[in-house]
Amino acid sequence: MATQAFQKIYTKLNQITKATCSVYATGVGNEELATVSGRLAQVVKIVEDRVTLQIFAGTEGIGTDAEVVFFGKPPTLKVGVDLAGRFFNAYGDPIDGGPDVEGEEVEIGGPSVNPVRRKQPSELITTGIAGIDLNNTLVTGQKIPFFADPDQPYNEVMAMVALRAESDKIILGGMGLSNDDYLFFKNTFENAGVIDRIVSFVNTTENPTVERLLVPKMALTAAEYFAEKHNEKVLVLLTDMTLYCDALSIVSNRMDQIPSKDSMPGSLYSDLAKIYEKAVQFPNGGSITIIAVTTLSGGDITHAIPDNTGYITEGQLFLKRDTDISKTIVDPFRSLSRLKQLVIGKKTREDHPQVMNTAVRLYADAANAKTKLENGFDLSDYDERVLEFAKEYSEEILAIDVNIGTDEMLDTAWKLFQKHFSKEEIGIKDEFMKLHWKKA
Amino acid sequence: MTKGKVKAIIENLVQVEVSGPVSQNEICYIEFQGVKLMAEVIKVLGNIAYTQVFESTRGLRPGSPVEFTDKMLEVKLGPGMLSKNYDGLQNDLNKMKGLFLTRGEYTDPLDEDSSWEFTPLAKAGDKVSAGDWLGSVPESWIEHKIMVPFGLEGDYTVKEVSAKGSYKISDTIAILSDKEGNDIKINMVQYWPVKIPIKCYIQKPRPFKLLETGVRTIDTLNPMVEGGTGFIPGPFGAGKTVLQHSIAKNADADMIIMAACGERANEVVELFVEFPELDDPRTGRKLMERTIIVCNTSNMPVAAREASVYTAMTIAEYYRNMGLKVFLLADSTSRWAQALREMSNRMEELPGPDAFPMDLPAIVSSFYARAGFVYLKGGSTGSITFIGTVSPAGGNLKEPVTEATKKAARCFYALSQTRADSKRYPAVDPIDSYSKYLEYPEVIDYLNENVNPNWVNDVTQTKDILHRGREAQEQINILGDDGVPLSYHDRYWKSELLDRIILQQDGFDEVDQSTPMKRQEYMLELILGICNQDYVYESFEEVMPFYIKLINICKQMNYVLFDSEDFKKYEAELHKEVEQRSAK
Repeated sequence: MATQAFQKIYTKLNQITKATCSVYATGVGNEELATVSGRLAQVVKIVEDRVTLQIFAGTEGIGTDAEVVFFGKPPTLKVGVDLAGRFFNAYGDPIDGGPDVEGEEVEIGGPSVNPVRRKQPSELITTGIAGIDLNNTLVTGQKIPFFADPDQPYNEVMAMVALRAESDKIILGGMGLSNDDYLFFKNTFENAGVIDRIVSFVNTTENPTVERLLVPKMALTAAEYFAEKHNEKVLVLLTDMTLYCDALSIVSNRMDQIPSKDSMPGSLYSDLAKIYEKAVQFPNGGSITIIAVTTLSGGDITHAIPDNTGYITEGQLFLKRDTDISKTIVDPFRSLSRLKQLVIGKKTREDHPQVMNTAVRLYADAANAKTKLENGFDLSDYDERVLEFAKEYSEEILAIDVNIGTDEMLDTAWKLFQKHFSKEEIGIKDEFMKLHWKKA
Repeated sequence: MTKGKVKAIIENLVQVEVSGPVSQNEICYIEFQGVKLMAEVIKVLGNIAYTQVFESTRGLRPGSPVEFTDKMLEVKLGPGMLSKNYDGLQNDLNKMKGLFLTRGEYTDPLDEDSSWEFTPLAKAGDKVSAGDWLGSVPESWIEHKIMVPFGLEGDYTVKEVSAKGSYKISDTIAILSDKEGNDIKINMVQYWPVKIPIKCYIQKPRPFKLLETGVRTIDTLNPMVEGGTGFIPGPFGAGKTVLQHSIAKNADADMIIMAACGERANEVVELFVEFPELDDPRTGRKLMERTIIVCNTSNMPVAAREASVYTAMTIAEYYRNMGLKVFLLADSTSRWAQALREMSNRMEELPGPDAFPMDLPAIVSSFYARAGFVYLKGGSTGSITFIGTVSPAGGNLKEPVTEATKKAARCFYALSQTRADSKRYPAVDPIDSYSKYLEYPEVIDYLNENVNPNWVNDVTQTKDILHRGREAQEQINILGDDGVPLSYHDRYWKSELLDRIILQQDGFDEVDQSTPMKRQEYMLELILGICNQDYVYESFEEVMPFYIKLINICKQMNYVLFDSEDFKKYEAELHKEVEQRSAK
C-alpha cells in the first residue's frame, strides 16, 4: 500500500488520543483508508473539514506534525485463487514470506446478500463428534460459536471440527491469538496436509489490538470470493471474538461514545451481526459457514458479548469435562444448533430427532439423580439405571475422541436404551420402536 | 423544495446544512457518486438538520448535495401487497437485481402494470369521508377495498365511480368533489406516513373474541384475543422465533404480517421457503397467500430496522380498514429499541437506563396502542392483533425494553430457560405468564359461551394444579422422596401430566403442531378428569411409573388425528390404566 504521487499530504494534527487522531483535510470520504506517519488508519468521523482517524497500530509516538496520507478508498483485499495456502496479517499483507497476491481488489465489509436470494441451508456437515452430529447437527451456511472458558481446549476442538468437516476452503481469522496458538493452527493444518485449502488472516497478541477489527472482514471477504465466484464450500473459523469485541469497546471509548451494558458499545449487536450474517448458502451451491469462539469469563453467558452473540448466531456449543469418564464432551444441555431441524430426520435417519431427545432427557434424569445423591437421598432403581446409562452414553457416544458415523451413533443409543430401560420409559413414537426395539 | 449540503458524517448520522425550512421526520436524499441515499430528519438545530441515513455512508463526503422531499417516511398502499417480501422501507426485495443489496436501489412496492378487476361499492351522489369503501378488487382471495384516501379531511360527495372492469392501480376509479365543488381524482394507490396511526374507524372497544393460535399453552392457559396485544420475552435459545412462526402458521387470522426486525437472515429464508409451500389449515390455501413479510435482518442498515416495524404496522392498519382480522408479529422489538439506542448515542443525547433513550417506554406503548379491535364505518369490524418478541439482555427481565413492553402489552408469554434446557417446548412458563384478557368479563362470557360453559373455571383449576405441582416438587427436592407424604408425589405427577400433554407441543410434528380449540377442550377435560380422581399406591415408587404410562398413551394421542381409530384406541387404553389404579 505505497504512497502515490498525486495523493495529498496533510501534516497538521489537532487532536491525538490513544487510538485516534484528528486532522484538517478536505475531499475525504467516510471510512476511507489513510496512513499517519506510515501507520494505517481509517476515517471514522468527519465534521466539516475536521477528519477523525482511527489508527490501527495505536498512536504511540505520533506527533502533531505527522504526515497524513489519504488513499481515497476504504480498506480492500486483493482476491484470487492464489490466496489459498497463504498466511496474512490483518491488513491482508503476506506474513509467510511469499509474494503479494494478484487479483481483483475488493472492498472489505461489503454489502449484504439480499435475503430473498439466499437459499435455505440444507446440507449437513458431519464431524464424527456425536455432541455435534447427533445432538447439534451443523449445516452449511450456519454460524455457530463455541462458548468456552479460557481453560478449555476450544482451539483444538475447533481445528478438529475444521479438519473432519468436508469443505473446499478453511479460512482462519485469528484475533489476539497467542503466538503459540497461531503456531498450533499452522502446524495442525500442515500436518494434516491441507495447507493448500487454508487461508489465514492473523492478528496475534504481539500485534496492535485495534488491528483485529479488520481480521473478520478480511477473512469473510476472502470467503465470499471462494463461495460466490468459485461455488466452494467455505468454512470460516473466527477465534476469539471476545477479543474482537474488546477492540471495539476500546475504539468506541476513545470516540467518547456512551457505553451500554458491560462497557460495550451500544452498537455491539449490529457490529457482530455484520460479521456473522456473512454466513450464507448461495444459490449456486457455494456456502460460507462460520464457526467462532467466544471466550467467557467464569462461564457467564449473560455478559454482553456472549449474550449479543447468542441472539445472532444459530446456536452455540459448550464444551464440558465429563467427570465420569474424564474426557471432554460437547455439553448436551446447553449446546444448541438451531439449524439442525433442517436436516435431522431428513438427511439423516428418520428416528434421529426422537433418539436424540430421548437420550438427552435420560441424561438430564441422570443429572437429577446425581443431585439427589449429593444431597444424601436414596436412589430409586430408575435413578441407578439412568446413572449407568449416562456414563455409557458419555463414553461410547459423546466423548470428543469418538469418531463414528451418525447411523452408528443412533444404533449405539438404541443399544443403550434397551440395555437399561423398559419400552415405556423410552417413550418414542411406535413406528420407530417397531423398527429398532429388538428386546421383548 | 429545501436543499442542503452534507456537513458532518458520523457512521449513519449525517448532519446537513440546510438553506430553507425542514420538518422533523422529513425524508431527504443525499446525492453521492450517482446514487441517492435516503435519510430521515431526526433533529434540527439552527440550520443543521441531523439525519439518519438508511444506507451505508461509506465514502460519503462533506459538501455532497442533499434534496428534501417535504414528506415523512411513507408507505405506498394499494392492491398487490399480499405475498410480497419487503425490506424495512417497503422496497420489494424480489425486484432488486443483484445477489447483494445495492446501496441506493429503491424498488416499487406495488406493480404498476398489473390489472385488477374493479367492482364499485359506492355510487354517484354518496356522501363519503376518509376510509370509506369506494369499490373492491380481488387480491388473491381477499376482497381488497379501494378506500377514500385516509389523508382527505372532511366530507366529500361521490361524483363518479368507474364501471366494473379491469384497471391498473394508477387509473382513476372515482372522482370525489369537496364542499367547494373541486374534483379530486381517486386511483387505487394512496400514501401514508408510517409514524402516524390510521384512525379511520368509529370506535375501538375492549377486545372480547378469542383468537385461536393453535398453540395449547396460549389458547388454553393464557388466551390471546382478536385485537389484543402480547409479548414474548425470552433468552436466546428459548424458542421465541419457533413459537412466533408456529403462531404465524396456525393462527385463525385473515392476514399475517411478519416483521422480521433485526433478526437472522436464515430465519427469514425459512419463511420464504416454507410459507409458499405450507397449507393454511383453515382454508387449504398456501400460507403465503395470506402473508406479507417485512424484513430488515440484522445485517441490513440500522435506521431502516427502526422503520420496519412502523411499515408493517401501517400496512396492517390499511388492511384492517377493509374489515379484516390482521395478525401482526414482530421479531424482535428489542432490535428496534437497540436501533433507537444507536442513534440516540450518536446524537449524544443524555442516556436513560442501559444507554437506551429516555422516551423508550413512551415509544413502545404508543406503538402497541396501534393494535386493537375496531368498528368500522358501515358496520363491519376489523382488528390488528399484535405479538412482539423481546430479547432481554442476559435473559434478565428487569431490563428497560422488557419493562417498557410489560407496561404496554396485555399478554405476557414468558419463555423460561429452565424449560428450554429440559426441552419442554414451547418453553412458555405456565405460572409466570399471564393473559389479562382472562379477567375481562366480556372475554369470560365469550369463552364460556363458545368453548364450554365451565371453561374459565377449568382453566383456573389447571393453573392451580400446575402451581401445586411445582410446590410439591420443591418439597420433594428439599425433603427427599420418602420424606414427604405420598400425596405430594401424586400432586407433582398430576402437574407433570398436564405439563407434558397439554402444555408441551411438538412444533415439528404434522399433527401436534397445531391444535384446534375443540380438540384442546376435549383433551383438557380428559386430563382434568384424570387429575380429579384419587389413586391407590403401595409406595411412592409406584407413582411415577403409573403417570409415565399415562403420559405415554396421551402423547401417542397427541400425535394422531383427532377422533381417528388410533385416537380412540389409545383413549380406551388410557381409561383402562386409570381404572386399574382408581381408588373407587
